[in-house]
Amino acid sequence: MREIRYREAVREAIREEMEADERVFLMGEEVGHYQGAYKVSEGLLSQFGEKRVIDTPIAEAGFAGIGIGAAMTGLRPIIEFMTWNFSFVAFDQIISNAAKIRQMSGGTFDVPIVFRGPNGAAKQVASQHSHSVDPFYTNIPGIFVVMPATPRDAKGLLKTAIRCQDPVIFLEGETLYNVKGEVPELDEEELIPFGKGRIGREGKDCTIVAFGRPYYEAMQAAEKLAADGIECEIVDPRTLRPLDIELLVESVKKTHRCVVVHEHWPYGGPGAEIVDQIQREAFDWLDAPIHRVGSLDVPMPYASNLENFVLPTVERISDAVRRVSYAK
Amino acid sequence: MALSPDDPTLGLFQVLREDLSEPLPEGEDPRSHPENDPELSEDTLRAMFRHMLRVRLLDERMMMRQRQGRIGFFGAITGQEATPIATAFCLEEKDWVFPALRENAIMLVRGFPLTQWLAQVYGNSLDVLKGRQMPSHMSGRSVNQVSWSSCLGPQLPQAVGAAMAAKYKKTGAVTIGFIGDGATSEPDFHCAMNFAGVSNAPCVMICQNNHWAISVPSKKQTRSATFAVKAHAYGIPGVRVDGNDILALRAVIGEAVDRARKGEGPTFIEAVTYRIGAHSSSDDPTVYRSDEEVELWRRKDPIQRFERYMRFKGLLSDDERAQLEKELVEEILAAIENVESAAPPARETLFEDVFEERPWHLAEQQDELLEHDPAPSAH
Ligand SMILES: Cc1ncc(C[n+]2csc(CCOP(=O)(O)OP(=O)(O)O)c2C)c(N)n1
Repeated sequence: MREIRYREAVREAIREEMEADERVFLMGEEVGHYQGAYKVSEGLLSQFGEKRVIDTPIAEAGFAGIGIGAAMTGLRPIIEFMTWNFSFVAFDQIISNAAKIRQMSGGTFDVPIVFRGPNGAAKQVASQHSHSVDPFYTNIPGIFVVMPATPRDAKGLLKTAIRCQDPVIFLEGETLYNVKGEVPELDEEELIPFGKGRIGREGKDCTIVAFGRPYYEAMQAAEKLAADGIECEIVDPRTLRPLDIELLVESVKKTHRCVVVHEHWPYGGPGAEIVDQIQREAFDWLDAPIHRVGSLDVPMPYASNLENFVLPTVERISDAVRRVSYAK
Repeated sequence: MALSPDDPTLGLFQVLREDLSEPLPEGEDPRSHPENDPELSEDTLRAMFRHMLRVRLLDERMMMRQRQGRIGFFGAITGQEATPIATAFCLEEKDWVFPALRENAIMLVRGFPLTQWLAQVYGNSLDVLKGRQMPSHMSGRSVNQVSWSSCLGPQLPQAVGAAMAAKYKKTGAVTIGFIGDGATSEPDFHCAMNFAGVSNAPCVMICQNNHWAISVPSKKQTRSATFAVKAHAYGIPGVRVDGNDILALRAVIGEAVDRARKGEGPTFIEAVTYRIGAHSSSDDPTVYRSDEEVELWRRKDPIQRFERYMRFKGLLSDDERAQLEKELVEEILAAIENVESAAPPARETLFEDVFEERPWHLAEQQDELLEHDPAPSAH
């Protein structure tokens, strides 16, 4: 299979869906002439023109609302946030409007819209630029939340998101954009359904549930632990809403141990939700309490030495696996 | 509503000629509007020139350090020095500053130590902010200056809030809030302008229109003829001023501050300027704007223009100019050296200041973290 970068995978999904459906358009800050703050939309303006690749004033609440209005009346907008941190000024549009309109209108209106952009910490951009927003959005009924770790998942899930009749929160990662991975050929269309996880690595001793950026730290930890004779199974749910609880439970029933890794803070969030569901479905199969590894419960500092401590590290993940394995 | 052509929100208040890139014949007045000259004292003029030049030299050295990989990020204000420096010279000690991206230097004029300011760029153990905040987001509690928010806009309603608080407490303090031309598209701008008008708070809101918001030109932010004209919609006075003319700025901002202090309410000022350099160290401006445009604005350089005035007034000779630059560079290099050698912040500091008192679970997280090797993990 060919290898492309995550950034290119996202771009391919947007391009293919825009080619296939004239109702799809891309809108956001610097998506056109500048080709995206992270160069995701490179070439799209020249291919589709200013009608369908729209540079906006700096007003997230504004263009989130513009997108919702267009979606309610028949178009299929893809709204790019330069980073998800800037979606907070558009919270009301997303939460009280996009997520509610179908239900409040008794199903007479829908909002087929994708909100996308990089989520989580980058490198030394401090607390206001480093939020993992997944806990905020997963709490809301009425929106799907997708958080792909690999280029293949990013492409296949984004295509599904763009065709979805409901609002989708699509969480990419600034540090993921350069990641390379296998993706099917251009003529082999792949749509990955929501609610289907993926086994990233097979193992029999401990399940590590990981999604988004720390998926890679989890993979590294698994390599290190394998050298010590602990074989981890890595399961990436890929979509946080809906959640493929069946796959997670199946893995835990096999390994009897589980660590959940996430970039978000420890209080609540999808990490806690996953633990809750697993303990209920697989209680009799568990040989140890489920542990979680997330960011430390502090706002992200700027200093790089401190930043590295805050994020889930390979060491902390390995430690948690050893703990649930009662191994030293 | 038809505005009269002499409406201050449509014109451009100036003292100095716009293009002073070429030396003037001996004795020729560099002012196009001498009647607008605030007639400042010689000491004030000298101090203003010193501060402008200091910021320029400092920015140059910081960008160099960034390219060498010694600091993570930097946003310079090259070409925009006049507005922050003029503002600083309009304020009293009790006044408050709520900056946007390019006004950090105000605190340096108001007595914040250079080494401490630099420590905020390095985010190391000398930094009073303990390595938490990004470079170019400096703040100084000791000089009543807060940090701007990375998410654009919030500082402006906050500035109005601080002004309303000053009125409530009868402190007589004035608050200055800043916003970039790009960020005027954010709802916070409109909230701030509206509240300022409704509350008649003692504040001055300044928009530095530097023509670009990263790659987006200001004409794509608004269809209004100017930014200043927006003041009319909120029922507050607006003025459009040459943002590369420190004398014009000192006059306009000074008057607005006086009005606010007398209880006569807020003012909105558009300072028309230009960002000569990149948006920040992460940006390449050559992909979205022409060299000719940049060159046109280089000819209106605010330091150059002020320098011509200083020379005309007999306040700056070649020798004095050279001596001043030498002194400033020495001061800056010594401060950098001092700061650069400091250690990174200690790990324990991670758990401080999240709340006033450290909760038990953070104490627990700290214990766990300290069990590990002190070296940060490679990423
Ligand atoms: C809410 C929000 N949206 C987007 C950004 C990304 N961003 C950072 S600076 C900037 C441009 C700001 O332009 P302007 O307000 O004109 O200030 P200038 O940089 O020109 O001084 C943008 C879009 C952000 N920081 N916050």
